[in-house]
Amino acid sequence: MSQARGCAIAGIGNTAYTRGTDRSTLELHLEASLVALADAGLTPDDVDAVLPSTSAGRGADEFILNLGLRDIAFAPSAHMGGASLLSSVQNACLAIDAGIASCVLIPAGRRGYSGERISTGQGVVDTVMATVREFEQPYGNMGAAQWFAQAAQRHMYQYGTTSEQLGHVAVTCRAHANLNPQALMHGKPMTLADHQASRMITTPFRLLDCSLESDGAGALVITSADRARSLGRGQALIAGVGESHSNVPTSVTQKPDMSIVQSLQVASARAFAMSGTTIAAADAVLIHEGFTWYVIAALEALSAVKPGEGGPFVADGNIRLGGALPVNPHGGALSEGHVSGVNHVIEAVRQLRRTVEPARQVPDCANVVVVNEGNFFDGAVLVLEKGEL
Amino acid sequence: MSERPVPPPNPVSAGFWEAARRHELVVQRCECGQYRHYPQVLCPDCRSANWTWARVSGRGEIYTFTVTHRPFHPAWADTVPYAVATVELEEGVRMVSDLPPEDTEAVRIGAPVDLFFDDQGSFTLPRFRLAR
Repeated sequence: MSQARGCAIAGIGNTAYTRGTDRSTLELHLEASLVALADAGLTPDDVDAVLPSTSAGRGADEFILNLGLRDIAFAPSAHMGGASLLSSVQNACLAIDAGIASCVLIPAGRRGYSGERISTGQGVVDTVMATVREFEQPYGNMGAAQWFAQAAQRHMYQYGTTSEQLGHVAVTCRAHANLNPQALMHGKPMTLADHQASRMITTPFRLLDCSLESDGAGALVITSADRARSLGRGQALIAGVGESHSNVPTSVTQKPDMSIVQSLQVASARAFAMSGTTIAAADAVLIHEGFTWYVIAALEALSAVKPGEGGPFVADGNIRLGGALPVNPHGGALSEGHVSGVNHVIEAVRQLRRTVEPARQVPDCANVVVVNEGNFFDGAVLVLEKGEL
Repeated sequence: MSERPVPPPNPVSAGFWEAARRHELVVQRCECGQYRHYPQVLCPDCRSANWTWARVSGRGEIYTFTVTHRPFHPAWADTVPYAVATVELEEGVRMVSDLPPEDTEAVRIGAPVDLFFDDQGSFTLPRFRLAR
């Protein structure tokens, strides 16, 4: 982008997050899209770009037909798995900056509980899976939990990271979810002892190290910052955005150093170069975390801490609300819901708008960093800043 | 017990599975001398398309692993917990293998491994176990 802060997230919307639904993924996406447009003070007639989610199997045609979109000028899909959302945010900014589009709709989310269960690896449909299908799945290395577990195991070996430290991430996210009535795990407190007693899934991950399989969708509406201000929705300025496609993009097991998420280091450096800030400016970090370990790895990749210091950092309470660097004040994918990371962006916007429940409002929140993990350690980062109404 | 997922070879990788059928472990070796795995068309170091299948020792060590308690596929429903390891061979390439049941408790990062071949009917898997 030629100018940072030239675009804003003008509208946000989401469905309820559930475990079980009789609605299709498309129906969920359409509901979230209408809510987000209304939130921005816009209608489907204003939309001239729609960026569908490949992770959810969606295409532009479905939105054009169902929302009666009249003239779509731009409709690329990102192919970055869990980082597709922020990759699409970057595409939206590029299109707006280039004058190709002026109002970009980005729907996301899936039926991770009622549709293709996330844990089976079948949620990923991209051809990028071909190598794992040929050389890893015949050996029982089936899905994301096992891929991330092997990375976490390596991190523990190299740095002495412990299961209890992973547990602190789970407990923190759960505590935050208990301040958030829309979180799936609201009203279900968790202690570190609960975490340690939960059944083993794949070492070192216990059940409570794994994100929720949930149904739901969210949507973002992106416009120029000027237009967002004219709509009274200029609070969430896009200060920086960046993505990076990792070295050896088809399998986590082939990363030169599996204990670090190198693409996230690069993506965050790009986003921070655009915003002119660093992680030190962040009032909160929203990390789309499939597993507890990823929060630790992401904090290290963002240079919030040095490699290997993430475990002690989370165990010391730094990522709690009120801590040095609050992470996932909504509860995250671990405890609010796994909605392809769109709920993390929505929370970031609500924090900047000051519209979350007071108990989990980050005081004076003016800078939020959002992190997406994508296929096999691809990464994308978004820096949002508080702007004028 | 249900079957393991069958590896779907492509034109570049077919030779790996043909060699496994003969109980030989091969990986691609570029004319520049670099070994590489998984199979791909060009050498990522020198971009050459000239390569041959090179037999490798099968000696290596555990780079990392996970012991899986929840079966993510029905083929392993009766054998959980089982260890899945990422093995680094002496030649520098990495391969994934599940370990035999007797290794589930003992698996450790850095442990040396040996190669064996597991005939599955229509295909053969090169696999690894902890060195005795």
